[in-house]
Amino acid sequence: MNASAHTAPRETRGRLLERFGLLLCLLLLVLVLSLVTDRFLTVDNLTNVVRQSSINAIIAVGVMLVILTRGIDLSVGSVLAFSSVFGTTWLTQGGVPVPVAILLSVGAGVVLGLTSGALVAYLRIPPFIATLGMMTFARGAALAYTQGQPVSGLAGGYRWAGAGELLGVPVPIVLLALVYLLGYLLLEHTGPGRSIRAIGDNPEAARWSGLPVRRVQLLVYGISGGLAALAGVILAGRLNSAQPTAGVFYELDAIAAVVVGGTSFAGGKGSLSGTLIGALLIASINNGMNLLNFPADLQAIAKGAVIILALLLYRQLRRTRPGRAVRAPTPNENPEPHPS
Amino acid sequence: MKTRIRTLSLLLGSLGLASAPALAQEEPTLGLSVSTLNNPFFVTLVEGATIAANEGGAELLVLDAQDNPSTEAANLEDLIAQGVDAILINPTDADAVVPSVLAANDAGIPVFTVDRSSAAGAVVAHVASDNVAGGRLAGEFLCEQLGGTGEVVELEGIAGTSAARDRGAGFNAYLAEECPGVEVVARQPANFNRAEGLTVFENILTSTGPVDGVFAHNDEMVLGAIEATRAASDVSVEDIVFVGFDAVDDARAAVAEGSLAATVAQQPALIGALGVEAALAYLEGESVRESVPVDLQLVTE
Repeated sequence: MNASAHTAPRETRGRLLERFGLLLCLLLLVLVLSLVTDRFLTVDNLTNVVRQSSINAIIAVGVMLVILTRGIDLSVGSVLAFSSVFGTTWLTQGGVPVPVAILLSVGAGVVLGLTSGALVAYLRIPPFIATLGMMTFARGAALAYTQGQPVSGLAGGYRWAGAGELLGVPVPIVLLALVYLLGYLLLEHTGPGRSIRAIGDNPEAARWSGLPVRRVQLLVYGISGGLAALAGVILAGRLNSAQPTAGVFYELDAIAAVVVGGTSFAGGKGSLSGTLIGALLIASINNGMNLLNFPADLQAIAKGAVIILALLLYRQLRRTRPGRAVRAPTPNENPEPHPS
Repeated sequence: MKTRIRTLSLLLGSLGLASAPALAQEEPTLGLSVSTLNNPFFVTLVEGATIAANEGGAELLVLDAQDNPSTEAANLEDLIAQGVDAILINPTDADAVVPSVLAANDAGIPVFTVDRSSAAGAVVAHVASDNVAGGRLAGEFLCEQLGGTGEVVELEGIAGTSAARDRGAGFNAYLAEECPGVEVVARQPANFNRAEGLTVFENILTSTGPVDGVFAHNDEMVLGAIEATRAASDVSVEDIVFVGFDAVDDARAAVAEGSLAATVAQQPALIGALGVEAALAYLEGESVRESVPVDLQLVTE
């Protein structure tokens, strides 16, 4: 698919730079933080960073799959809120066992995601609008369902999902690893997964070559909703409470992780490892500012600046590759924008 | 339009005078527009106002805006048309209420705002909780519990909001003036949010080690910090004095259970009562302070 596909060594070197350029950014940040505070590079703190990033990193997988198809999912924060108050209400008031409550949560997320997907794939509503509508709808549903009150006093088993440990590893980190493993298998080793990038790369060609474009769209939005709900289970477990106001702006954090991670808004291009590093980068920035006791007004400035700097540095590293610009269209790609 | 309202109110006012001249002189009528009666906080506020009106020998008309600015505007039109002697407004929204305040100004009816303010228009007095005093109260309690020495953490609300600014200012002023032995070792924003209270306090625990106390600008953040402490291996909830603000249901439950030492509560009944008293004093010709601060109280059990 790439212009330089026939120049194999250059391509490999470029790939390396692409992948490790971002890792370099993360390592640079880790280095700086380790130098300015001796509290950063400790097992406890690094566990904190990964655990804190798990919610955003899991949501970001779903958002990334959607962006790979040239879509966008703005509804994840609200879907997280609705699905977590839905499942936990069944737990506290409906008396269902913990696993059933978790399945109800994730199920609700999948249903909301599939609804967005159906609006995009079958009713041809632009993803931005369809998921903006779902974002508002799910937030309202969460508030109406709980009358604005948090659902508190969760059973111990539910808390385990957020605060427990499995063989000494915090459960959110286990779930994070599992999601990335399954995501990798889906993207690289299944038919529908492989067609996700193809659709984003060139929807028209994908349609003509007989790929099930609509079903794949339905799939990615469904996964996005389900993963947002899973993140909601972790969050509720960590907080020992599910809140209808949870997850505000989580869609932006997830999009930031995905884009910092090198996924192109134009679709078709991006990797799971990049997204994970993007999420870790953002969590490290937040963690570092807390460790350094940064004042409130400077935190937002620093966070914004570091995200933009990371993107610029990353792009610069990719530019150093000879003979290929970052988003140069491939020769056989139609330069006109495709409807999706 | 304005003149028509004025004429109408004058007309109605004179009708009122004509029908009950003695009453109108002796017993002032106050109108109270409340943002919603679906929230216990405002129900209590109205109760406090009603009792104060009875004691002050005034009639109080209460109208519920049901959290809807257009209902509020219609209610205030009604009050202006009835020619009440003074209007107390607990606005649904500081901006949306402005046209109604201006209409009352045009009709010559004095306006008082309670709990929430109006963005513009002439308001005789604004009666609301004194967040600075609430912050001081939290500082005093924390100082007392720690016996005058210790390391504490302050979890801040959204930067730039008046609640975060005032609560923090009162807390820090008290510690600086009255309790030099208690040191704020970390001061970090968690944006009034429970999830952020959790992660930020996790990070602070790593950077500063065990601390003796936590003051958060609202209950949500302190409840998150308590969960962070529960999940941490090297500290326990009993070793840290947690103080929140707002006295929401979850916080009251945490106080009852013992994980939260105290939360600072507003006194809605007192806000309502002081609003009515300010209005009555003004109608008597007394001078009234432009801003009437209402004390807060600690909930510790």
